[in-house]
Amino acid sequence: MGEPDTPGAAATLQSENLSSGRRTLVLNMGPQHPSTHGVLRLLLELDGETIVRCQPDIGFLHTGIEKEFEVKFYQQAVTLTDRVDYLAPLSNNLGWALAVEKLLGLEIPPQAQWMRVMLVELTRLNSHLVWLGTHAIDIGAMSVFLYCFREREDILRIFEMFSGQRMMTSYIRIGGLALEPPRGWQERVKKFIDVFPSRVDEYEDLLTNNRIWLGRTRGVGKLSLEDMLDLGVTGPMLRAAGLKMDARKDAPYSSYEKFDFEVPVRTEGDVYARYQVRIEEMRQSARIVRQAMEGMPAGAWKADAPHVVLPDRDKMKTQMEALIYHFKIVTEGFRVPEGEVFQVVESPRGELGYYVVSDGTARPWRVHMRTPSFGNLQATARMVEGTILADLIASIGSTDFMLGDVDR
Amino acid sequence: MLPETLREQSLALAVEAFDGDAIVGGKFDRDELTLEIAAAKIASVCGFLKYDRKFARLSSATAVDRYPAEPRFEVVYHLHSVETGERVRLKCRIAGAEPSIDSVTSVWRGAEWYEREVFDLFGIQFRNHPYLRRIMLPEDWEGHPLRKDYPITGARI
Repeated sequence: MGEPDTPGAAATLQSENLSSGRRTLVLNMGPQHPSTHGVLRLLLELDGETIVRCQPDIGFLHTGIEKEFEVKFYQQAVTLTDRVDYLAPLSNNLGWALAVEKLLGLEIPPQAQWMRVMLVELTRLNSHLVWLGTHAIDIGAMSVFLYCFREREDILRIFEMFSGQRMMTSYIRIGGLALEPPRGWQERVKKFIDVFPSRVDEYEDLLTNNRIWLGRTRGVGKLSLEDMLDLGVTGPMLRAAGLKMDARKDAPYSSYEKFDFEVPVRTEGDVYARYQVRIEEMRQSARIVRQAMEGMPAGAWKADAPHVVLPDRDKMKTQMEALIYHFKIVTEGFRVPEGEVFQVVESPRGELGYYVVSDGTARPWRVHMRTPSFGNLQATARMVEGTILADLIASIGSTDFMLGDVDR
Repeated sequence: MLPETLREQSLALAVEAFDGDAIVGGKFDRDELTLEIAAAKIASVCGFLKYDRKFARLSSATAVDRYPAEPRFEVVYHLHSVETGERVRLKCRIAGAEPSIDSVTSVWRGAEWYEREVFDLFGIQFRNHPYLRRIMLPEDWEGHPLRKDYPITGARI
């Protein structure tokens, strides 16, 4: 079908003669370009430095995760969710766990719910720090990157303390958490959260009133709110254009209604507004982490559902039932009642929805991930048309998409 | 025909009032409303929901393969109203032989990529789609991986 001039290219553009007598130039950007943040290929049709048309070519990171879900047990599939958006693995764990728990009708104990909130907010900080560092480096502010990665390292160490893994944690499981929270986690999180707000001040000192930063970001990458809604944009991009849409407030999950935090909104809808929104989100996330840490309820960290949650190790050595349940869950999984759910969580990038269809067996019939980056990237192409090439880099950075999240 | 169980759902009643033949089934399960729409009516129902019921967002569009059951495919749309926070799932069942359905890109431009993805991975044609080409897989790929009769391993690459 079509005229594939490059193998696998679903995107094709041709140079055209303009009415001004000039001829446009087709420029290929990516998939190995440093500022496309992964393997994104953009075909750009340029008139001088102005972008006439932009056509993204995605799919380079397509790994068939949705297909793979169909042959995994529900609990095994947690590891797949880590690898969708590899900068926000815990947000994906949570979306998946909540969706399956909704199908199962499982009640999750308060400590597990609060711990989930705390870890997901740390994930948001982690993701926003990578975004800020790379976005700034794209525009030429090298040093911000080093500051951001200093704090990111602290967060990854906290994840490692909890789960033994820095990135692909798989720590949030169906029915609760993977492991008991480690001894001494409070001190570790407290140490981090005590200094973090001052670190955000440091980033702001470097950027917020920086004339070069303002020049590169203000008024750049604008798109009207109507267009954004039409194109499927969610998350900080939408909030920077004036719409207060946040699943944590609109449809609270995992006890978010018990936390006191603001959803930052700006109305300008440009790259600078998105920067301001995300910076403020970092401060708010830090607040949530502190509240979760200080108010962490005591009690169980996994649900009382022996047919779903693996039994404690010591019980397996003393109780026959525990051993049987362990054997059954590991070898044949657990059955999930027939039905379908669409569970939405607010990932660092926007609306993350897990659509899970169960046919009553131990493996999902179909899983679809409504990932925020997919919708956001679709709008980026429209956003940059008519602007100059240099602004494309700023627009891409402010979209904060993750190609694993786009291609799945 | 609107199922009796949905008589209390104002949205279902509104769609019923808009077009008496549009709804062919549905359910309200786990606090989520699903409306089954006759496939021929999907574009007009989506237009009604967007402009009259303020469903400004198409959250996602995807499909489910019910192989070997017939009608084989379900095309699933998740709609979201940012004003009321309401969500609804629309579902159209279409036959397995040369599956096709009207595109909703005329209602939400953002449907373009979602429909391309369904076309790519399920092989469902979307009529009146502006640029219906593969999006995830290479142009010369054979088959549609998310179909149930496509093997999970051992596929020829």
